[in-house]
Order: sequence, then structure tokens, then C-alpha cells
Amino acid sequence: MSETPNGTPNGAPLLQMRGIEKNFVGVKVLHGVDLECRAGEVHAVVGENGAGKSTLMKVLAGAHQPDGGKVLLDGEEVSFRHTQDAQKRGISIIYQEFNLLPDRTVAQNVFLGREPHRGPLVDRREMDRATAEILGDLDADAAIRPGKLVGDLSVAQQQTVEIAKALSLNARVLVMDEPTAALSTTEAERLFEQVRRLQERGLAILYISHRLKEVFELASRITVLKDGQRVGTLVTEEATPGGLVRMMVGRDLDHYYPPRAEPEDIGEVRLRVSGGGTDVLRDVSIELKAGEVVGVAGLQGSGRTELARAIFGADPFDEGTLELGGRKIRIRSPRQAIQNRIGFVTEDRKAEGLIPVRSVRENGRLGLRALGSRARRERGLTGQDLVEELTRAVELRARSLEQEVRFLSGGNQQKVVLTKWLAVKPEILLFDEPTRGIDVGAKAGIHELIRKLARQGMAVLMISSELPEVIGMSDRIVVLRNGDIAGELPAGASESDIMFLATGEGDVGEHAGREAEGS
Amino acid sequence: MSAGSSSAGREKVGMLSRVRGALGSSSAWPIYIALVIVVVSSAIITAANGDNFFAPANIRDMLVRSVALGIVSAGQTLVIVGGSLDLSVANLISVATIVAATVMGGDPGMVVVGVIAVLIMGAAVGLINGLIITKLRVNAFIATLGTALIMRGILDANFQGASGSIPREFGFLGYGSVGPVPISVILLAAVVAAVWFLLRGTRFGHRLYAVGGDEETARLSGVRTHRIIIGAHVLCSLCAVITGLFIASRLRAGDPYVGSAGGYDLESIAAVVVGGTILAGGRGGVIGTIGGVFILAVLDNLFNLLEVNAFLKDVIRGVIIIAAVALYALQRRGKGAS
Repeated sequence: MSETPNGTPNGAPLLQMRGIEKNFVGVKVLHGVDLECRAGEVHAVVGENGAGKSTLMKVLAGAHQPDGGKVLLDGEEVSFRHTQDAQKRGISIIYQEFNLLPDRTVAQNVFLGREPHRGPLVDRREMDRATAEILGDLDADAAIRPGKLVGDLSVAQQQTVEIAKALSLNARVLVMDEPTAALSTTEAERLFEQVRRLQERGLAILYISHRLKEVFELASRITVLKDGQRVGTLVTEEATPGGLVRMMVGRDLDHYYPPRAEPEDIGEVRLRVSGGGTDVLRDVSIELKAGEVVGVAGLQGSGRTELARAIFGADPFDEGTLELGGRKIRIRSPRQAIQNRIGFVTEDRKAEGLIPVRSVRENGRLGLRALGSRARRERGLTGQDLVEELTRAVELRARSLEQEVRFLSGGNQQKVVLTKWLAVKPEILLFDEPTRGIDVGAKAGIHELIRKLARQGMAVLMISSELPEVIGMSDRIVVLRNGDIAGELPAGASESDIMFLATGEGDVGEHAGREAEGS
Repeated sequence: MSAGSSSAGREKVGMLSRVRGALGSSSAWPIYIALVIVVVSSAIITAANGDNFFAPANIRDMLVRSVALGIVSAGQTLVIVGGSLDLSVANLISVATIVAATVMGGDPGMVVVGVIAVLIMGAAVGLINGLIITKLRVNAFIATLGTALIMRGILDANFQGASGSIPREFGFLGYGSVGPVPISVILLAAVVAAVWFLLRGTRFGHRLYAVGGDEETARLSGVRTHRIIIGAHVLCSLCAVITGLFIASRLRAGDPYVGSAGGYDLESIAAVVVGGTILAGGRGGVIGTIGGVFILAVLDNLFNLLEVNAFLKDVIRGVIIIAAVALYALQRRGKGAS
């Protein structure tokens, strides 16, 4: 790289990690991993969950101390005992779960731990000014004012604040861990622009992602990790998605979606919402039928999750009517929803779906507790081995049913959530981002399971921000925009049709005329 | 969130934060509305009883009553903002009175030494609390309950009643005044101002909010979280022993039961949460806390004037504490939904 603006005098890459080893309580999670990144380069790090990506990055950021190997900056060995040490040397990390304080302002977050000061006093004016300047560099100073509370910002804006925070540290090496996980497509595009800008400024960027598409779009080199080892580093031009997946999972993985429902598989209407409204949703009407998977798409904040939460009684509808099997009913609480055979696989498994420190068995029985003993008997749910049976049906891989679920992988945790719901024999299942944070390999398994449940007669609603998933899985696609139903599309609609409805802008696609047809 | 409701929500938030900014701490304003309501209704009830609520003597009496709880609560605010808690303040107050009275031993020449000894002792207890919480990773509730019990045991083993003697000269702290303003009230104002300034203006304060809001976020941002938590505990304990000095000055002696009898541990926590600081940390401030202290003091004053039965007093205070915190919770939920 001749155009590297950042000084690498001896031609050494800005960042080199050599033979990094790390053990956690005797378990080796990194086996001598090598990684390098030049100034002005975007280097992608890919691998399944548990491959060691996050641990490697935490070692780099000083949050973990390596048990072996060394880190070199400008060819000179460095060691960090604390994240602050790493920050001082220009290494910043943006974690997947943001490290921002919602109750503090943008400026307070950007300069947390390094507040500009005169003596012991924080120089608030200087802090706001410097924050505005950095945001200006990112072209975001109009939307994000330094004095705003971070909790009042959108997810994408919060991410910009994270980037601003890294820049305020004069970062030379920036690690981004799954930066697009919570972004809509347009927001992701804006992020890519910001990444390219940072690249032009000569930052070395380590980009961790599950999404191969964006890896190919951004990175010049790709390093694949598997089971704590480096499988290889490829120049992007020489890599293929198929080849990368093979390296990541160690086998060929042709990700296909299970076949959709045939018209005769789709049965009666299980659930009907007419004119449903909450403080976010307006006049929403939707039907779920037995045997059918209805996909819900929409931008972040369009009311996707709110729709599921309203149906499930977590934030109930204030307006409109809800019918279950033709019978009008008001669902005011999740407990009532469960008693009416509705299950909800939430977006945030750890916070809303599972009790991480309890066993698989206990988590599997959680939903059953919402039913009285009579209801359990009526549904034939008295068998002690029900959970065991179901975990076998979902092909859960756990050491035993007594294992605490926090020790399971994302995919297996999701299977425990499913077990919990299947245990109450639901007729309607709501999924919110069912494969978020789940390995490529395990994703197909979850998709297969969802389709299998539909085939058994379940009415399924599936929310997803990943358009390929919505398109691949759905028999019908409902698109939300600003709390309204923007339209409904048939199976196999294109990404551009969905985005057209979701954003209300762009090319008038072939399905635009159907906008009025839905619901 | 839909465009319409979120922009309305943003406006509301904007207004709220402006008011908050003026008061110097987040969500402190409802407590002052409540305080005004309590004061006005007290004044009316008192007037109906033929007394004058706003009589200088009565006002002074209420303020002086607020001093002890106010100073402890200011310190308690610091640890609670930092996501911690201190249950040892009550017994520490007792220890402080004993140390002061013993070291001074009635000798005016020993006043300064006594004060320094008390402050060092306080700082040491705070340091120990902080170290137990951060280094031994003991939950703050248990850690400070433990140190509280240890101090209780030491007091019970060595002191049965009033001990030592405070020289008359030190009485100025409890009884003296500058013009019409009692020195103790000036002390309270100074402590509150210092804590307010610490939280609002200094790097320590900013980091304390961060640690209380999310310790891992603060740590990953390069904040040395342990130092911050330990610092907050040292300051909290210093506030407690300053309260101890004030009480000793009024009692003219050390009393091994004065802190626990005053219930300063739970009362200070109550004042902090009534003042809008969240028990989980990261949000709130000392201005709210002092509002909480005043509310409790005004109610106390009213109950005394009306000669309300002591048990009923506690029931009413309990109801008020729960109502206050429930209102904050509702307000927050309302904001979250908008």
C-alpha cells in the first residue's frame, strides 16, 4: 500500500497480532491467532459465533489480557492492561451492544472518561464544541446535537455517536463488531459511507460481520476464524461467498430456505386484527392463518416489534378488535395471550426470552407456569418428560437438561426459547428476528423448524430486518411504515418492492400497484 | 416510533430537559412541586390551628432538623448515583460522635485534633466499604450491612451510654449562628453545594454517573470504575461523619445509639429516592435529595404541631415514600411510551 497516509516507517502494517492465545478457566478459546491490518484498510473478520472473533478483539482493546502471543503497533510491541491503555495508543472498539449511556448526553458519552477539563472541572462548552466538530466530520451534526440525550436517538444515530467516540480518541485502529446488526438497509448504506470516509482518513478498520454481502462490499482482505483458530486470510477479489462459508463452518452449506406452503396447506384464519392501534401503531389490520408464515418487514422503528408485542398483550392494543378463531377477545397481558395459545419468540433472547442462569429444563417449563393446572391437563401437558421430548424435536444440543442456558450457543438458546413455547402447545407463534446473532450454520436449522411448525398447522408471524430471510421464508409479506401497514406482497416479492413500501421512496416497482390490496 | 408521536415526544423531552437543566439534576422538578404542595398545605393546616408555619423560629427549627439527615443523604446520593448503596452510615454516625467526644475529652485544645480524627476514621470506613465492594466483589447491600454490624458490635461491646465529652467551644456547630442563619444550616448548604458541584461540574461526577448507569460501559470507555466507586464511598462516609460531628456538637457527648436510633441508614436512602435518584444508579442528583429531606422535615414539623401519634407518623411517611417512587416510575413509563 503506497498511499498509506499514516506513518508505517518500516513498511510494517499498522497493526499486527501474532500468535494470540487466550484461555478462560482452563478452556482455550484462541489458539495462536495471527491478524494484521494496514492503515487505510478495511479488514473483515468472519466466523461463526464462538469462533473467537469477539475475544480476539477484546484482547486487542485491552479488555482481556492474552495468555500468549503479542500485539504490534507500527512494528513495535505493545501490551495493554486496561482499555484506556489501548485507547491511548489509538485502538478503539465499537461493540455490537453499544456502550452508551442513554441517560447522558451525546457529548458526555463521546468524551466519557476523557472529559475536556480545566483543573478538576469539566469544560462543558469545549466538550460540546468538540463533539459537534467530530459529528460534522461524519456529516451528522445536523441530526445529532451534542446536548441531546443518547436515549432519545435512533439506533443508527447511536451508532454514529459510537463512531464519534472512537474518532474523539484519535483512533488509528477501529474495530467494528457486527455494526449493521440493528440497522435497516438504508441506515447500513449510510454506515458504509462513513466507514469508507474513515478508511480515507487512514484508519485501519477491523470489520466483524456475519453478513458476507457487506464484507465483500467493504473489505479488501478477509480473515476467517473457526474454533479459535485462523483458517486463513483471503484477498477479497479471490474469495467467493461459498468458499468463505465453507471455511467458516468447515463444510459446504448451501443455504436454502425450506419450500413454502402450498395453497391447500393454508387453513382457516386463526387471528384477525382489525383497526388495531397503540401509541405507535395506527389502524393495523392483519390476518394470520393456520399453516402460513406471514413475514413482517419494515425499517427500524416502523412498528414491527410493537405489532408483535400488541398481539401478545405485552403492550396491548388500545384501539381496534382482535379475533381468535372468529371469537372477539381482548388480550391485556402476555399471560392471557399464552392461555389463548399465542407464543412470542422475542428479539432479545437473553433479556426477554430466557432466564440465562437457570437450566434448560426450567426455561422449557416457564411458559407452562402461565397455565393453571387444569389448563395443563386439558391440553395433555402433564408429562414430566415433555421438555425432554421437545428438546429432541428441536434438536437441541446441550450437555444435559440441567445445563444453564447461558452456556449454550445462540442457536441452541433460540431452540430453548422455542421449546418453552412449544411446551404450551400454541396455535399462533410470533417470531421477532428469529435468527439474529445466530451462526450461518444454525440459521438454516431455525428456518427449517419454523417451516415445520407451520406445516403442522401453526399460524406464524415472522418479523425480520433481513430481507432475504423475509423473502425466503414468507408465504405473504406485510410491510410496515411509520406504524401503518404500507402494503402486502405475495411470496417471492423482490427486495426493491419491499424497500419501496418500507420507505415510501425509490423506483416504483412492479408491485407498487398492490399497495392498496393488502389487508 | 411513528413520526407524529415521536416529534411530539421530542418536544416534551426538550422541555423537560430544559427544566431539568435549570434545576441542575435530572427529574428533580417534581419533588419541588411536591414540596410546595406540602408546605402550602402545612401552612394552611397550621394556620387553622392558630399557629404560624412561617414563623422564623419554626422555619429555623425545620432547617436545623434537616441538617443531620440532609448531610448524610447528600453523601448517600453519591453512592446511589454510582449504583452502590451505604447501609453503614447510621452506625458510622454513632462511631463518629464517640470518637469526637473521646478524642476531644472536653478539652477545647483538642477540637481540631478531634475533627481530624473523625474525618480520617470516616474516610477509612468509606475506603473499606469501597474496597470490599470493588475488590472482593461483595454486593454493596451486604458489604455495608457487614461493616454496619461490625461497628455496631464494637460500640455495644465498649460503650453503654453517653461517653466522652465535647467542649463547649465546639457547640457553635450545633447551636451557633451567623446573624439569623444557624451555622449548621450553612454547613448543610455547603455540603449540598459541594456534592452538587462534584456531580455536575467535575470529571469525577461525570464518571460516577457513567459507572452507575452502566459499569461495563464505563469500564470499556476507559473509566477506572473501582476508583470511582471507592471515591464515592469515601465521600459518603465523610458526609456521615460530618453529620456525626454536628450531632456530637449538639449532644455535647458521644452516643453509641444516636445514629441507629435516628434511622439514618434507611431514612437517607428514602430521601434520595424520594428526591428522584434511581436506586439502580446513573440518574438523579443531590438537589432532588435535599427536596426529599425537606419534605420529610416539613411533614415531621406538621405532625409535631398536630401532635400526631408516632406510629401513625411512620405509616404516613411510608405511604409518601412509596407514592413518590411509584409516581417517578409512572412518569418514566409515560416518557418511554411517547
